[in-house]
Amino acid sequence: MDEARPLVELTDATVRFGATVALDGVDFRMFAGEVHSLMGENGAGKSTLIKAITGVLAPDAGTLTIAGDRVTFASPHDAQDAGVSTVYQEIDLLPNLSVAENVLLGREPRRLGLIAHRTMRERAAEILADLGLAIDPASPLGIHSLAIQQLVAIARAISTDVKVLVLDEPTSSLDLDEVAELFRVIRELKQRGVAILFVSHFLDQVYEICDRITVLRDGRLVGEYLTTELLRIDLVQKMLGREVSFFKARERIEAAPEEQEAFLSARGVSSAGIAGADVDIAEGEVLGIAGLLGSGRTALARALTGVDRPTSGIIRLEQRDTRFDSPRKALSLGVVYSSENRRTEGLVGEMSIVQNIALALQAQKGALRRIAPARARELALSWVEALDIRPADIDTPVRHLSGGNQQKVMLARLLAISPRLLVLDEPTRGIDVGAKVEIQNLVGEMADNGLSVVFISAELEEVLRVGDRVAILRDGRIVETAASADLDVDSLMALVARPDLPEA
Amino acid sequence: MTLLKHRLFWPAAALVTLLAVNMIANPSFARISLRDGQLYGALIDILRQSAPLMLVALGMTIVIATRGIDLSVGAIMAVSGAVALTIIDGAGDANSWGTVMLAIGIAVLVALVLGAWNGLLVSVLGIQPIIATLVLMLAGRGAALLITDGFITTVNSSPLSYIASGYLLILPFAFFVWLAAVVVVGLVERRTALGMLTEAVGINPEASRLAGVRSRGIIWTAYILSGVLAGIAGVIYAANIKAADANAAGYLIELYAILAVVLGGTSLMGGKFSIAGTVIGVLTVQALESTILFLGVPPAQSPVFFAVVVVIVVLVQSPRVHRWGRLLGSRFGSSGGDGKMPPVATPEKQKEVVR
Amino acid sequence: MTAVESRPDTTPGVVAKISTFTSRHASVLPTFAAVAILICLLVGAELYFGNFLTPRNMSALLLDNAYLMILAVGMTFVIVTAGIDLSVGSVMAFTGIFGASLLASGVPAWIVVPAMLVAGALIGLLIGVLVQHFDVQPFIASLAGLFLARGLAFVVSLASIRVEDTSLLWLQSTRIRLGDWYVTPTGIIAILTVVVGAVVMHKTRFGRTVYAVGGSEQSARLMGLKVARAKVMVYVISGLCGGLAGLVLTAYSGAGYPRNGIGTELDVIAAVVIGGTLLTGGRGYVLGSMIGVFVYGTIKTIISFMGAEQSWTHIIVGALLLLFIVVQRAIVARSERGS
Repeated sequence: MDEARPLVELTDATVRFGATVALDGVDFRMFAGEVHSLMGENGAGKSTLIKAITGVLAPDAGTLTIAGDRVTFASPHDAQDAGVSTVYQEIDLLPNLSVAENVLLGREPRRLGLIAHRTMRERAAEILADLGLAIDPASPLGIHSLAIQQLVAIARAISTDVKVLVLDEPTSSLDLDEVAELFRVIRELKQRGVAILFVSHFLDQVYEICDRITVLRDGRLVGEYLTTELLRIDLVQKMLGREVSFFKARERIEAAPEEQEAFLSARGVSSAGIAGADVDIAEGEVLGIAGLLGSGRTALARALTGVDRPTSGIIRLEQRDTRFDSPRKALSLGVVYSSENRRTEGLVGEMSIVQNIALALQAQKGALRRIAPARARELALSWVEALDIRPADIDTPVRHLSGGNQQKVMLARLLAISPRLLVLDEPTRGIDVGAKVEIQNLVGEMADNGLSVVFISAELEEVLRVGDRVAILRDGRIVETAASADLDVDSLMALVARPDLPEA
Repeated sequence: MTLLKHRLFWPAAALVTLLAVNMIANPSFARISLRDGQLYGALIDILRQSAPLMLVALGMTIVIATRGIDLSVGAIMAVSGAVALTIIDGAGDANSWGTVMLAIGIAVLVALVLGAWNGLLVSVLGIQPIIATLVLMLAGRGAALLITDGFITTVNSSPLSYIASGYLLILPFAFFVWLAAVVVVGLVERRTALGMLTEAVGINPEASRLAGVRSRGIIWTAYILSGVLAGIAGVIYAANIKAADANAAGYLIELYAILAVVLGGTSLMGGKFSIAGTVIGVLTVQALESTILFLGVPPAQSPVFFAVVVVIVVLVQSPRVHRWGRLLGSRFGSSGGDGKMPPVATPEKQKEVVR
Repeated sequence: MTAVESRPDTTPGVVAKISTFTSRHASVLPTFAAVAILICLLVGAELYFGNFLTPRNMSALLLDNAYLMILAVGMTFVIVTAGIDLSVGSVMAFTGIFGASLLASGVPAWIVVPAMLVAGALIGLLIGVLVQHFDVQPFIASLAGLFLARGLAFVVSLASIRVEDTSLLWLQSTRIRLGDWYVTPTGIIAILTVVVGAVVMHKTRFGRTVYAVGGSEQSARLMGLKVARAKVMVYVISGLCGGLAGLVLTAYSGAGYPRNGIGTELDVIAAVVIGGTLLTGGRGYVLGSMIGVFVYGTIKTIISFMGAEQSWTHIIVGALLLLFIVVQRAIVARSERGS
């Protein structure tokens, strides 16, 4: 290993999208024959950094060097030619074509101008055998499991002269055996001197396979560490960071939650991404959910609110068994969900503030009983005032609003139907500090008025501040539920980060 | 300036220009004469002849707003015309208003069922709208031919002639039919929340679902409406030619309707729709058709002109042409200081790019 | 589908061979279904009429549907990229009348035939450029092509034009006999088109790119395939096939007629889908489309044998289309859930 000269070196890279800076003067390097991990929460700049290295986008500033040569990639194709191959999370292959074609398409062997299918199958089989993969090269890719598709994607990547292999969340849909298989391949490639960038939100896996870790937060470099020298808890702390807060501490409910009747209680709720979750939420209680990205926090929220239908488990609402087969049903019972993806799952971007606020209420009343425009405006104005939404012109299309104001519009929409339980999925993500504190305070006020709230956030301080109790999620399971008073950030962080014991 | 920015400005300007060119080229185009208390003239003809297209385009507007498309409208027209005329033909008295109204009622009911069928395929089975409505587009005409036994059923019926060319007060009856449809649909969409929820489903289906909107029902309603309106259009078309011609009825009308909707400023990507825009769009198509006739071009050749219009319209809406336009605009803006480009427009457009 | 083991598996046997075959060729199953339907139709008709499976009848099946088969080849290319081409019927009418009028004005056939093909290809090129370079939906772009070609057909002539040119008529009048079986040059052209189409789709990089675009345009681009070129080319090919079909139909009917091929685009799409091509793109076979055309043609022949209304053809084909679409939808839904 040539310690002196990195194989990949990105210096002072900056990427802007309009007004937001996705990557701010970040340095990044990788050595030949190492497995390197890139860590950070949502919006830390991980995917932007990957895109900058793999030619998907060109940085606004900064230089990229590969094996000592300064390069600029105009396209992913350029990057591939320079030896940088990428395997994306949502596998970018062609399920309708054969495995062999997926490995070799674009470089397929030809005879007299026509594709020599037999030769191609043989060549593909060799490459696959290198990876220990004995599948029929002529079979269509789509019939294979995701794990195998992932390995086929890697086969394609290494069938060229690959120097750098970027694996973006390669294990998110693999089971334990499949992960082991993938790791075997990664180690083999490492032996060959390939530099591997392994991006994953599974800490266990990062610690198992990676030599070195680079941590990003809010588009900035936090630091680069040797895995062996970085404690897990320190890593989590570096990823999540800390910040000062202007949060108004609210009076906690005096009575212990156990003494209260639970408004909603869920037992053994499972769906894709969450398994066997037990949740109790009392009236007027805020339940914080803490967990890393991919720990199942969104899956839990969606399973509790009818957005995804749970595969098993029961949900009781005020002691009555309830089946949420659609968000509509849940809404009618006062259980509402605010998605973390405001743009794609929350707002109707082209519509005005009034229409967005009135949408859920209108949907509940049905298409034929229109809320009179004057009533809708009155409603919207009262919420605009109550939540201090800006601009106050309620005819503005919501896509022109800032993130914080968009979030408030979503809240107003849900609050307008007088819900009993509000499930907020990362309501403060990507919004400025002022708006963040406003929303935190608002959640407190709503709880004081008897509304139950589930509050999901990637920021542990926030979860602790807002939540009366905190449920800690790890790898799709609730590992502990504790009162916020009994936790501090450090102990919560330890719970969030602690590895599971290896399963039998 | 605000007038320029109104979403209906350009569609309306296109229509007015088209009419103006006609009037200048041929002053008789604008002539409207009053005979026996009834108005006649080229402009009145446009109002009368646009009835079938107007009805079909109205339904198409709502379907397109849900991100869908209904290719089967022409076939539904053929079926409803065939049903109505076969009933009238079979009945004893073709001149009885009762018979004709009953026949029309049944024809429209059949059209409603066909629309519901489309809606079922799209909203419940989740089949792509283009493909789902293709089935009926193909089979519908066959069914219409079966109803008429493969012949062109001709009927002489005074109530039907009235629908085709009669006058109510001083204007053609057919004009009042489409006007009534426009008013009713406009009222239903805008006086209930149907229009708003339809737009929400068209703009962001997932967000609408999470907000508790019954998108399945809304999409279904759109196809039923489209079917019913196509059914009425089919009856009017049959009345116009006094015959049920399963092959010619509504031939290519789906395409003209889509063109009219797009000309009226409703995007094919779904979402915000404008009924007034569609009215303008249909009148534009109809005026263009009249213009072509006026120029002495055989009607069969008119598709060439429409092809050109379609190409221009899609090019104007194409992102690439927008980019060229912006490039051109910024070049002029920097070198010549051309005051025509409002400075406000720039940040807005940038946002679009980011999005 | 069971997940295939990633470790070496050494149990070859009959069962394994069958499972290898089915796993390799899962996407051929709809085409097999079309073959099964065709066989059922033919056998059923023979049992019912007793004189259906005659060499004469079967030879006619190819000849009567030669133009449809050529159009179906082009349409298969387009649909496999997840596009659609509504212009084919009109392009066929336009090139037909265009060729007929050129011949009538004394232009020699060796100029007329290439001119017809080029005219078709040009309309295809227009559609392809609109789709690829101006982001116009294929449906709308080919609609413009439909209007254009239909209008141009009437611009050339409002009435039909008889063809007197012997070399063009030779294409239809020559009968190469083998016992009671016969085939005309138009039939040979149709078969050749199918063969060339199948080879291009299966054995060339362009053909595989067409499939790749239909599978995932984004992935195909990331793989460095020439996506833009392929997307324009499929419409050019479809237009070219439209020109060829115009030639064959003109020879077949002995005249160019501007009203030819009204609604033919729907018949072609139906035949292609029944032949096992997925309307959502990525899967399909030129040979399957040929089977689809035969299914269509057989239904038509059976109905004329029964003396029933020809309009039943469209109803039955529509029903078959619906059946295939629903089954395809179910397959797609299952594979989505599987992944």
